[in-house]
Amino acid sequence: MLAYYLELALRSLKRSPGLTALMVLAIGFGVAASMTTWSVFRAVSGDPIPWKSAQLFVPQIDNWGPNGRGSDGEPPNAMSYNEAITLMRDHRARLQSAMYQISPSIVPADASKHPINVSGHAVYSEFFPMLDVPFLFGSGWSAADDAQRAAVVVISSKLNQKLFGGSNSVGRTVNVEGKDYRVVGVLNDWNPQPRFFDVVNSGGFSTGVEDVFVPFQRAIAVGMPNDGNTNCNAVPAESGFVGLQHSACVWIAYMAELDDAAAVTAYKQYLDGYARDMQQSGRFGWAPNNRLRDLPSWLDNQHVVPSDTKVSLLVALGLLLACLVNTTGLLLAKFLRRSGEIGVRRALGAPRLAIYAQFLVEAGIVGLSGGLLGLLLTGVGVASVGWVLPKDIAALARVDFSLLVLTLLVAVIATMLAGLYPTFRASRVQPAWQLKSN
Amino acid sequence: MLKMTHLSKVYRTEVVETYALRDFNIDVKEGEFVAVTGPSGSGKTTFLTIAGLLETFSGGEYHLDGIEVSNLNDNARSKIRNEKIGFIFQAFNLIPDLNVFDNIEVPLRYRGMKAAERKQRIMDSLERVGLASRAKHYPAELSGGQQQRVAIARALAGSPRLLLADEPTGNLDTQMARGVLELLEDIHREGATIVMVTHDPELAARAQRNVHIIDGQVVDLSEDPRFHAAHAAVADEAHG
Repeated sequence: MLAYYLELALRSLKRSPGLTALMVLAIGFGVAASMTTWSVFRAVSGDPIPWKSAQLFVPQIDNWGPNGRGSDGEPPNAMSYNEAITLMRDHRARLQSAMYQISPSIVPADASKHPINVSGHAVYSEFFPMLDVPFLFGSGWSAADDAQRAAVVVISSKLNQKLFGGSNSVGRTVNVEGKDYRVVGVLNDWNPQPRFFDVVNSGGFSTGVEDVFVPFQRAIAVGMPNDGNTNCNAVPAESGFVGLQHSACVWIAYMAELDDAAAVTAYKQYLDGYARDMQQSGRFGWAPNNRLRDLPSWLDNQHVVPSDTKVSLLVALGLLLACLVNTTGLLLAKFLRRSGEIGVRRALGAPRLAIYAQFLVEAGIVGLSGGLLGLLLTGVGVASVGWVLPKDIAALARVDFSLLVLTLLVAVIATMLAGLYPTFRASRVQPAWQLKSN
Repeated sequence: MLKMTHLSKVYRTEVVETYALRDFNIDVKEGEFVAVTGPSGSGKTTFLTIAGLLETFSGGEYHLDGIEVSNLNDNARSKIRNEKIGFIFQAFNLIPDLNVFDNIEVPLRYRGMKAAERKQRIMDSLERVGLASRAKHYPAELSGGQQQRVAIARALAGSPRLLLADEPTGNLDTQMARGVLELLEDIHREGATIVMVTHDPELAARAQRNVHIIDGQVVDLSEDPRFHAAHAAVADEAHG
């Protein structure tokens, strides 16, 4: 019967091309607006490391006290050098890394070429296995390299292409800030969005790629300055990068991998124990006020998903709803105009279910046509989203296979839902009344 | 074939109950050609729509081809309509967007019949009503008499046990009406059971049996005082 219903639906839609076009346009625009904003929202709100995000935790230690807390009582969202080094030294998680943002100059071997400014992070060796960072060549450095403040570097495939033509550069030398570093690894394509390991400094999203990673203690030792945010509750007593290390200013991101609930509890106790020790020593004049959030909670806490993308999505969904309500009205008018035909079909043996199926198929075809138009308009919308959203955010939106399928599904399902009431009304047409009135 | 016993149909509103049929009794045997007559508003069409399972009734019993239909659900009623009943309406009720072939195909589609059998039945029924050459025409391209013949072909295509006709010649001129009536008589002679609602005494006279409905009840005209009163009024008017 499906083929019969399809044939009837196409015939009916062809009979009133204006009304059909109006419904298809309404669905197409509504779906396109929703899918365009969804493509942005999906890009900014997705879990950047779904297989592991529940085991990755961000600790916060309140080293500023009540006067430095926000109105919600939150401690600083980054760490001071003192706390970060202590946590790394105590090494209570299975894997952990303190990190800060750097932007060193790379001096090419060919003296005729200009130095390249790159961005990157100073991290510990456990950063790479903890975040399952993919390597094209080589690997991260060792814990011994951390301890020895070795001059080693991991570079991006993009920088490797620029410096070494894309060949395996492991063992070769890169000049960073005038000093030679041995390449131990070349990253495969890796540019997670949001940049979850350091949302404080990246603001969540960045179109740029992280080009270099150097050992944390090496970067400190050579005075490679912090290129990220620095927040202070008081002016540091000493000036310069060394003064920053001695201050209570927070500028270091920190992440730890905790495998199970017991490890989380133990780590929380450790943090509180540390804060109590600080309280007893007189360094902290307040009770422990620490936090330990898993990655999804942390991204939520830091409002990584821009509020305007949420608003845009809600507005677009509202538009889709308005289009669907409009479509419901148009379908209702179209279906009930055919009450006479429905009466005849019922008299000739069509059960209500058959009438329901016939008209639902018709609504489905309108939805599918609206979905196809919606696909075209979504493509245009995604290409144009940079006009209304920040460049870093807009660049993340893309049309892929899943968005294509979703667009069609949303169009068809939403239109069929919009068609439920008109279809229900059509199936309740009383054949006797229709036939008497004819 | 069709037996209604103490059947009633009440239309209720918050303030009033209107009986369309009251203590309605009728028994139509297999192979009969029965004409149902009565004044406008007497309940003829209500009887026909209940007989055709297009409407439910409020009380009493209705047996159609041996089946008590009062408790059947929509699916079962639709199946009986589709397989046992053929409808012929005054206004033809062809679907204007479907050609003659597709119109006749409608009830066969709901029966789940294979395409080859559908085609065979459609062409046979069109031959039967003398319109085989008009299979691809649309209703608007046919005369009223031809449209009614298509409606009869649609009713016949499903080989129903019972044909229900509601003023089948009401919208036709005399010549076309005669043709349609002769066709119905042929169909009856071949063994079909026909129940026909009509205002037309000439048409009613061609049926085997007449059933008269007044105020929602079947009446025996010879014993009904209202009948004599009406005749007396007509006679007075004639003499006066």
